[in-house]
Amino acid sequence: MKFLGYRRGNGTVGTRNHVLIFPTIVCSATVAQMISNKLPGTVYAIHGCGCGHVGEDKEQVLRTMVGFTGHPNVAGVLLVGNGCELITPEVVAGELAKIGQRLETVSVQEAGGTTKCVEQGTRLAEKLLREASGMNRESVDCSELILGLECGGSDAFSGLTANPAAGVASDLLVAEGGTAIFTETTEMLGAEHILAKRAADAGVGKKVYERIAAAEDKAKSMGMDIRGSQPSPGNIEGGLTTIEEKSLGCIRKGGNTRIMQVVKYAERPAKRGLVIMDGTALDVHSNTGLIASGAQVIVFTTGRGTPVGTPTVPVIKVSTNSTTYQRMQENIDVNAGVIIDGEGTLQSVGQRIFKEIVEVASGKLTKAEILGHREFDIHSLGPVL
Amino acid sequence: MQKKAILIDKKDNVATALCELNKGDSIDVGIEDHAVTTVLSQDIPFGHKYALKDIGQGEAVVKYGEAIGLATQAIRQGEHVHIHNVESQKGRGDKR
Repeated sequence: MKFLGYRRGNGTVGTRNHVLIFPTIVCSATVAQMISNKLPGTVYAIHGCGCGHVGEDKEQVLRTMVGFTGHPNVAGVLLVGNGCELITPEVVAGELAKIGQRLETVSVQEAGGTTKCVEQGTRLAEKLLREASGMNRESVDCSELILGLECGGSDAFSGLTANPAAGVASDLLVAEGGTAIFTETTEMLGAEHILAKRAADAGVGKKVYERIAAAEDKAKSMGMDIRGSQPSPGNIEGGLTTIEEKSLGCIRKGGNTRIMQVVKYAERPAKRGLVIMDGTALDVHSNTGLIASGAQVIVFTTGRGTPVGTPTVPVIKVSTNSTTYQRMQENIDVNAGVIIDGEGTLQSVGQRIFKEIVEVASGKLTKAEILGHREFDIHSLGPVL
Repeated sequence: MQKKAILIDKKDNVATALCELNKGDSIDVGIEDHAVTTVLSQDIPFGHKYALKDIGQGEAVVKYGEAIGLATQAIRQGEHVHIHNVESQKGRGDKR
């Protein structure tokens, strides 16, 4: 199957053609926003990171910035710095040069203040916009698609309707030779042995155990035991019998195919097929990680409803029940609640989600895009010193 | 018409109630050409599971196509399947 995408010079394929204004440090966030406001054709993504990171955290923040700004949905990026930060535009630009990303840089200190920096930045971004506007979509094989899977605001129906239906869509994409990434390690707890059984080889299986154990240890180190009380009395009252069952409801959005690789937060998979990204369960941070890992479309299942989008990658919202869909129709693209209403099956809704993925990848706008939702944050491991 | 219960995977030996189900109800679930009709021998609350076939003691209870635990006693078709007759294979301090 084919979709219409933007083939970049480095061979990667975008589903959008954005010019991104990106501060590499929180201190230049407002300047970045000011530049973007002057040029409505651009998008911006502001965050609280860029300085004070050490060790693994520094690696993760930099990897995220590089993955996000070097993403194929970004036709060109203007990196905006202050000047004295840890992660300057030059640091990010050095990494982006390796993957051939089109970029410009500007710094507040070097430009001589806010106004001059906004002026300089706007001139550079105008150039990027003109270049981007000359690019066209072309027919591309669906095997080039990387789908990100995310769930938030879960309810009793999540594991029965939206997540398994998203799993059907994930399986369909993998059958086309594409890639699907699911994440939220804490929600895999208790299903390690089931996930490991689906691992492509022993090394991947070992990594599944390691990463889930690490998430558990982290919770323990903060004085919390996320397993001792799982499933919770409320879960049991709701019908969940074991921790395996609860976690399976979450991981089911990854479908049934073999797990080819386990990647770090914001790490690009080396393999196609189903991939686990080790990461947080915080929705907006998760989305950023999925994008930095290369996802060009995200499917987001929700029980309670959520408005969340991203600055550069379309997010398809799937509701678990019809009540939430009716209440938040302007935010939700596909209603998996029809499975309960008797108007659809897991297979039919899964196929509908897959069709939506291909259409959205080809340019159809999601409701989050139409409403202008561009939530963004970077998951910092801390401590920030 | 509102669906009464859902079967997630063909391999499953339990289905999940999508509304309050009563003892004596005859419930149909299915995926594609795979259909199962079950007469309930107990009331099944919303979100809870019932057995689609007899499950022997020590046998796996399968939902999502995966074992979610083992039956601690024989479970008859149509019976409520929950913590009183299933135990987790994970997080067991006594069985690691």
